[in-house]
Amino acid sequence: MSAETTGTPVEPGGPGPRALARRRRRASAARFWKEYRRHRAGVFGLAALVLFVLVALTAPLTVGSDVDSVTDAPGQPLESPSGRFPLGTDQFGRNLLGLLVWGSRVSLLVGLLAAALSVLIGALIGITAGHFRGWYATVMMRITDWFLVMPTLVLAIVLATVLSRSLGTVVLAIGVTTWPTTARLVRAQTLAVESRPYIERAKALGGGHWHIMSRHVLPNVMPLVLAQTTLIISSAILAEATLAFLGLGDPTVVSWGGLLQDAREAGSVSSGDWWYLVPPGIGIAVVALAFTLCGRAVEAVLNPRLGVSR
Amino acid sequence: MSLLEVRDLTVTYPGGAAAVRGVGLTVEAGEKLGLAGESGCGKSTLALALLRLLPAGARVGGEILLDGEDVLTMKWGRVRAVRWAGASIVFQGAMHSLNAVHRVGDQIAEPILLHRGATPADARRRAGELLEQVGLPAARARAYPHELSGGQRQRVMIAMALACEPRLVVADEPTTALDVMIQAQILRLIENLVGEQDVGLMMISHDLAVLADTCDRLAVMYAGRVVEEGPAREVYDDARHPYGRALSGAFPRIGDPGSRFAPRGLPGDPPDPAAVPSGCAFHPRCPVALDVCATEDQVLRDAGPRRRAACVHVGTDATGTPDGNGSGGTASARDDGVRSRTP
Amino acid sequence: MSSPAGTEAGPAVPSAAGKRPTAVRREGRAGGGYPRYVAGKLAGAVVSLFAVLVTSFFLFRLIPGDPVKFMTGGRQVSAEQLATYRAEFGLDLPMWQQFTDYCAKALTGDLGTSYQFHAPVVDKITEALPNTLLLTGTAFVLYTALGMFLGTRSAWRHGGLGDRLHTGLALTLYSIPSFWLGLLLIVVLSVGVDPIPGLFPTGGMESGREEGLAQVLDVAHHLVLPVVTLVAVEYGQTLLVTRSALLDEMGSDYLVTARAKGLRDDLVRRRHAVPNALLPTVTLVFVNLGRTVAGVILVETVFSWPGLGGLFYQALSVPDLPLVQGLFFVFAAAVILMNTLADLLYPMLDPRVGR
Repeated sequence: MSAETTGTPVEPGGPGPRALARRRRRASAARFWKEYRRHRAGVFGLAALVLFVLVALTAPLTVGSDVDSVTDAPGQPLESPSGRFPLGTDQFGRNLLGLLVWGSRVSLLVGLLAAALSVLIGALIGITAGHFRGWYATVMMRITDWFLVMPTLVLAIVLATVLSRSLGTVVLAIGVTTWPTTARLVRAQTLAVESRPYIERAKALGGGHWHIMSRHVLPNVMPLVLAQTTLIISSAILAEATLAFLGLGDPTVVSWGGLLQDAREAGSVSSGDWWYLVPPGIGIAVVALAFTLCGRAVEAVLNPRLGVSR
Repeated sequence: MSLLEVRDLTVTYPGGAAAVRGVGLTVEAGEKLGLAGESGCGKSTLALALLRLLPAGARVGGEILLDGEDVLTMKWGRVRAVRWAGASIVFQGAMHSLNAVHRVGDQIAEPILLHRGATPADARRRAGELLEQVGLPAARARAYPHELSGGQRQRVMIAMALACEPRLVVADEPTTALDVMIQAQILRLIENLVGEQDVGLMMISHDLAVLADTCDRLAVMYAGRVVEEGPAREVYDDARHPYGRALSGAFPRIGDPGSRFAPRGLPGDPPDPAAVPSGCAFHPRCPVALDVCATEDQVLRDAGPRRRAACVHVGTDATGTPDGNGSGGTASARDDGVRSRTP
Repeated sequence: MSSPAGTEAGPAVPSAAGKRPTAVRREGRAGGGYPRYVAGKLAGAVVSLFAVLVTSFFLFRLIPGDPVKFMTGGRQVSAEQLATYRAEFGLDLPMWQQFTDYCAKALTGDLGTSYQFHAPVVDKITEALPNTLLLTGTAFVLYTALGMFLGTRSAWRHGGLGDRLHTGLALTLYSIPSFWLGLLLIVVLSVGVDPIPGLFPTGGMESGREEGLAQVLDVAHHLVLPVVTLVAVEYGQTLLVTRSALLDEMGSDYLVTARAKGLRDDLVRRRHAVPNALLPTVTLVFVNLGRTVAGVILVETVFSWPGLGGLFYQALSVPDLPLVQGLFFVFAAAVILMNTLADLLYPMLDPRVGR
């Protein structure tokens, strides 16, 4: 962690400081992976994620982009599963397996982007509030606490309602409502880092605010941010599904939440068309769970609890 | 029969850390035994082991005879009955050892209700008496721990330890977190209460001077072993084991300004309990180590009247010093099960 | 590296340290006694409510263009009606005046008129509120009790088989979308899958015009599936929060003292460990109420429960802006009020708070 902050003297003729830092970082990554592998749930989550990402990335090859076309749908409306359509068809006669595969792209993409936005805001507020202290920090933390208590998904729903229906809106609505937890964690970590002696030294040597935040605090906060991102992706995917289910998603793309909304509108609940209802929900749950498991494993590696306690 | 007799006690934590490696100790009724050593030498582990309070994974061997009954082979019901009623502990850091959400009076009354089967009113009255005994007004029973000062909390801890009139009191660094004036008060308090009630006291501390002042006998621990024991004053003034000498030299002596200018610290760190050095565990830090110390385990051997030390030099120059002043300790029955070997 | 303690679970699964509002502990040390603590909390609540008012006003000014056009978009509306709506939104006034008018109205309990129902928003809300309180209250009590019970047991035997099973199940249920679980329960238990007949009503709150005890039983019958759904998706959070709070206490010295006193294991847990873990747990249970509100909206939608959540869904699909705005305010205000109420009760849980 302190790879580039403990100023180890460099032997003349040896590797330069950058090479040294790189080597240390590689070593710590290897150590991280070794620790991570010990968490079975985390490994399971990671495997599930790799599988889903592969399915999503190869979707254009396996199912093709015309899978959501209503006009030249291949089957009859609401067919039960068969050899030709393993998961049956929807009310327009579209292949549900294809739609499911295609929908994974939107769910993953929106989840990733929304989480990235959320963590970006959270990290920015957290680091600055931890670094600058004073009234700025007070105000920022008040706002954070307020957001923390707010029903943020309701806020996201309202945002998605008043803005135009698009994926960008969904990303924005989720991103700007889920950052407070990250802000809190990052601020706490920033305070911890800045209380270390080498920050004092960096200040004495004339390091400015930007230098301290970007070169000293940020590298120390990154692992935490990584774990946070993983966990937020999970809730972002759930939030995306919820918005789509409420009819607030982009109507022109297929997503898992949207499929569930279509299923409900097609009356598959009362007619018991399980093949229409069950797979998208499993998709959402498995991906959300996988991200949660990964995030927890990363956190457990970064912050191991003592196995023995009295 | 001794009040407490520890025979060949070993404690190994999960992960292989050998915190206690064959300790033998005795405490007679009315006797005050001091147990000294650096942090990590196993003295707190020993205290917890006495009442089987160690975490589930720890392996404990040997015998702990409390009034002749082995704590280690008792049924759990019997262990719970012995806890606090037979032997109680004054923990270090009373802030954390008291429960922050209960009133101190209730915390003192709790073991009385449990072990004495007293009515709540009786237990409350007794708690008030105990508080007065340790120099606090009985009305403070209604206070929460955070409303008391550090010294007051430690007094509460002592009152609690005496609640069931135990035969043995173990005081684990009872004064560590306190400032010097309060420290002296608390030590006097413990001394007086123990003296009045004829209970045995085992006082654990890193501060040899404090122990020498308070206790009858002293045992010095290093890396999970007792390396030296004897009458308190003698061990303090004239330690036979080089570690005992270093420990008594580490604190400046009152009335001896010279010692302040020549503090004899010890190079190096205490050994990792998971990788105790071979032979005599002290040899890597020992100023007078011989080649043989690295390979041969040094057991406790006689080093004068009522004194023993685990050093290769003992016996060669063991002439036995006359009794130093202030060491009015009673000679206690020796236990021969001490000489255990750890490969 | 030193991460802040207790970050075991993040936003999806909040942990004690990660989300704990520091205000509780901080003001606990400030001194000044309970009255001052209460005054501080109430002042905070007023500021928070005002912030909600501001948010709900400006959110609806984010609408690109004319909100009335946006709301009535694509429908046949007479010019007269458009003018009425414009006047109600106060669109012809400057922004600051719109805002003060809005605040003044809100303070007197006027949240505007529903576009869809042609009735005051406040009336629609008071009509639906008891139904939501019945559903949410029942579910809240059940999921909190279940989560705290299982969380305590998991932490006390952490790492054991029971702990791993309960944590795993909680995480799985936590990752399931509430609306999907609701739909599945309807398919299996209401519509019925072949061998199983439909056991529960598919939705609504009452089936007929029963009176007295029969009515109570009928409502209870309708209540089962929505409550089960809410409890299933929400209890995991309480479980993990309780578990993490209790794990933080596990190594504590006072537990060794309690054990040394000769207390039985379950007494050490009940009398000593749990009361200490209660404050962070309860704090987070209330902080997380916001998530429950979202859950209620979805569950009421799926089960056609005639409450605020169902109303919100109806308002969204139009979109009936005054109703959406009013409901948003009510949801946010309810969460803030509940948290303030909890803040005022904390000194009873922990003597260190509010002194």
